Amino acid sequence: MRKVVGLILLLVVVAFLVWGVLLIHPFGYPPSDMDDYIIENAQKETASNNVVTSVVFDYRLLDTLGEATILFTAVMGVLLLLRTLKRREESS
Amino acid sequence: MLSKIVRTVANQLILFILIFGLYIIVHGHLTPGGGFQGGAVIVSGVVMLMVAFSSKELKKSLRERVLSIMESTGALILIGLALAGIGTVFAYNFLVGTPIFGRIPVTGPNPGDIWTGGVIPLMNLAVGLKVVAGLSAVVLALALFSSGEEMEE
Repeated sequence: MRKVVGLILLLVVVAFLVWGVLLIHPFGYPPSDMDDYIIENAQKETASNNVVTSVVFDYRLLDTLGEATILFTAVMGVLLLLRTLKRREESS
Repeated sequence: MLSKIVRTVANQLILFILIFGLYIIVHGHLTPGGGFQGGAVIVSGVVMLMVAFSSKELKKSLRERVLSIMESTGALILIGLALAGIGTVFAYNFLVGTPIFGRIPVTGPNPGDIWTGGVIPLMNLAVGLKVVAGLSAVVLALALFSSGEEMEE
């Protein structure tokens, strides 16, 4: 029973992924004008030669902040978890 | 702890790995790379030291408190630099045009100038500090835990 449910769920997920791939834009034809704007104005506005870095650290800094928060949470979780396990072993 | 050959080679190689990682972090606004990537390079050097010497040797110099303070400092510098431009919008690049990192390059391909980028090089340094401290703490904690020890305060 569990295997049948798992198989059905797997097929649903695969169908969603294939659907998403079929709807993707053709290579080289992005859907928006944002990239043209960034390519033309990034060096002027952010004074950075590396346009990718200017997107990561200037235009989309909020996403980078989220990435840094994920790293922070991971480090905090690892340190807290391992220390707790160690102390519990000692007390038992 | 591995053999003396491995330890000697690791001792010589760590300097070049550190310099390469620092180069990737500092030149993040000119060449491919940045804080995350350069920090990962430096942490790979730390992992090499951990394999060559033992993690017990490394925990004498890498304290948990120092690593935590380094990581929190990096995060606070990043948020502070983003908030410093709040007069216009959040994460506004307020250093463009000023004497500090403010030289504006011509549009199009050019060899690049280290003194450009506004707040981007400073943010790269902050993120590099954060990634180095955080990933070192994670790797060291996992290695010490699997050998049945604990990090020093």
